[in-house]
Amino acid sequence: MSNMMKTVAIAGAVTAALAAQATTAQAAGAKEKCFGVALAGENDCAAGEGTTCKGTSKVDYQGNAWTLVDEGTCTEIDLPEMADGTERRGSPEPLDRDLPA
Amino acid sequence: MSAGQGIFRAAVLDPARPSPAGLSDGRGHAAGKRFDVYRNNVAVGLTEVLETGFPVIRKLIGEDRFSAVCGVFLRQSPPASPILSRYGDGFPAFLAGFEPLAHLRYLADVAALELAIRQSYHAADALPILPESLSAVPPERVDDLRLGLAPALRVVRSHWPIHDIWSYNTVENAPKPAPVAQDVLITRPEFDPAPQVLPPGGAGFIAALQQGATLGTAAEQAARDAPDFDLGEVLALLLAGNAIVSADLPGDGHA
Amino acid sequence: MPDPSVRLTTLPAAPGVGYKPQHFADIMRDPGGVAWFEIHAENYMGDGGRPIAQLRHLAERHPVSVHGIGLGIGGEGRLDPDHLTRLKHLCDWLTPASFSEHLAWSSHEGAYLNDLLPLPYTAATLACVADHIDETQEALGRPMLLENPSSYLVFDESTMSEPEFLGELARRTGCGLLLDVNNVFVSATNLGMSALAYLDAFPLARVGELHLGGHHEDADEHGAPLLIDSHDHAITEPVWTLLDETFARLGACPVLIERDDDIPPWPTLEAEAARAGRALARAVKRAAA
Repeated sequence: MSNMMKTVAIAGAVTAALAAQATTAQAAGAKEKCFGVALAGENDCAAGEGTTCKGTSKVDYQGNAWTLVDEGTCTEIDLPEMADGTERRGSPEPLDRDLPA
Repeated sequence: MSAGQGIFRAAVLDPARPSPAGLSDGRGHAAGKRFDVYRNNVAVGLTEVLETGFPVIRKLIGEDRFSAVCGVFLRQSPPASPILSRYGDGFPAFLAGFEPLAHLRYLADVAALELAIRQSYHAADALPILPESLSAVPPERVDDLRLGLAPALRVVRSHWPIHDIWSYNTVENAPKPAPVAQDVLITRPEFDPAPQVLPPGGAGFIAALQQGATLGTAAEQAARDAPDFDLGEVLALLLAGNAIVSADLPGDGHA
Repeated sequence: MPDPSVRLTTLPAAPGVGYKPQHFADIMRDPGGVAWFEIHAENYMGDGGRPIAQLRHLAERHPVSVHGIGLGIGGEGRLDPDHLTRLKHLCDWLTPASFSEHLAWSSHEGAYLNDLLPLPYTAATLACVADHIDETQEALGRPMLLENPSSYLVFDESTMSEPEFLGELARRTGCGLLLDVNNVFVSATNLGMSALAYLDAFPLARVGELHLGGHHEDADEHGAPLLIDSHDHAITEPVWTLLDETFARLGACPVLIERDDDIPPWPTLEAEAARAGRALARAVKRAAA
């Protein structure tokens, strides 16, 4: 691509992006400013909490040992249904059968 | 101070060890089960932190296996700081090398996506440029622009359909994952990270911008890697995600 | 050295509630009788986004207290300078009404164990903890409050009682104390001691804040009660009674409702705060009579 053509193409792409952006901005225009601060967002990662001074009454049974839990079962890990609807088992399979759903 | 904290720490993380000597229940017995309160607090607490950060991984492998994996991970890599919203940055790499789950080859990449979403959530705020400031740039100088990207922007590249796996497990009525490779762009238009599939060449284009390439150079590079790269489409995604925070021209500063 | 002219806290002598993001909208609408809020420092050490934005809004309207979890004042190693810097940054921009931490440790050789771990009470640990408090107060440029822990066990090597240890720390460093009334009940029950005797021995003149939380009841292998400071249910009746005893000895004081797990709707916590407020009002009335 010549420099001239490149510049024209890039300027055209910027114009197209700005046009797309104007449409989006109009659609979102009615949204109240700062509205989002109060939302408990869908991907909120528990709103950033994580460090607390509480103890727990739950018991940790895992110890150090995945093997205690999973010895011999690691090729039968149940996953939710496959993308194609067939239930999968954990052994290596071709890519399209390896997808979870 | 007593040499006890190293021994205490080791025993908290390893339930196979006896509880440290010199601890009692205040009634004349050895502390026994009372020491387990600390073991539970640490292991259960850190597992809960990982559950919060990696809900899709948990859904994919199930609750019991997830907490078993966490039990191994948290003992191998306890947090380095008390800021637990950051705990788990080593989890994707850990999963990639975790033999019992090695056949779920997409798992580490899905974890990397969840980690990137959480990082985006806590990233610094930055004011996006007004789109008009781009229209003010003379067309013949557009390819010299250097675009600064928002601190909340993340890109995760994968050979797996990680966006679709993620959305199928988090968004109602999302389509089932198809066997395609997906690069994911995360922007944070306001406070909520928004993951989207990047079109071909997009990830390379953004990486070039992050390394300081001009718009022209980054676009050229992306077009070489992906012949059907569409600059307009990727710029529109970045603008809509409030992800462009500066646009500068050499010589006369801000565009 | 203690400077008696420096106030330990500017929190109002009224009930407060531990702030949880899920209650943000309720609190902005109407905080009811809740006069102040407490945050856990480490949850507001991100660079930006919603957590920081919400905290700014909260702090513009209400007194906020910063409660640190992870500094490890009771650690045998040196304090993490990076963490002290982060605490200072938070206190500098937020200018909280109070800063508090725990008599506990949690980091050892670079690993953070996510719990408030116990220490023996000896002359050696006293000197080390006092140094850490001095360093913290110096770095933050303000006095701090130190909280009594929930105990599940005792160290055979301890040579001082907990109230003695805390009193001596306050005397040496000028720090204030945060008296967690639930922790007093939990520790006394777990170790077979009298909660009232603990209160009587406690250096109440240095107390700048009270905490109240829920605990979980369990038993050890000998059948002795083992209470866990789980902050996951309502405050129990014996702890309310102990609060009355505390107010009777202490007089008016800021008092916090803590709930960190199984978080209920806002009105539930507001009602617990109102009950704490009534206990406080009774004590003030009795003192005036």
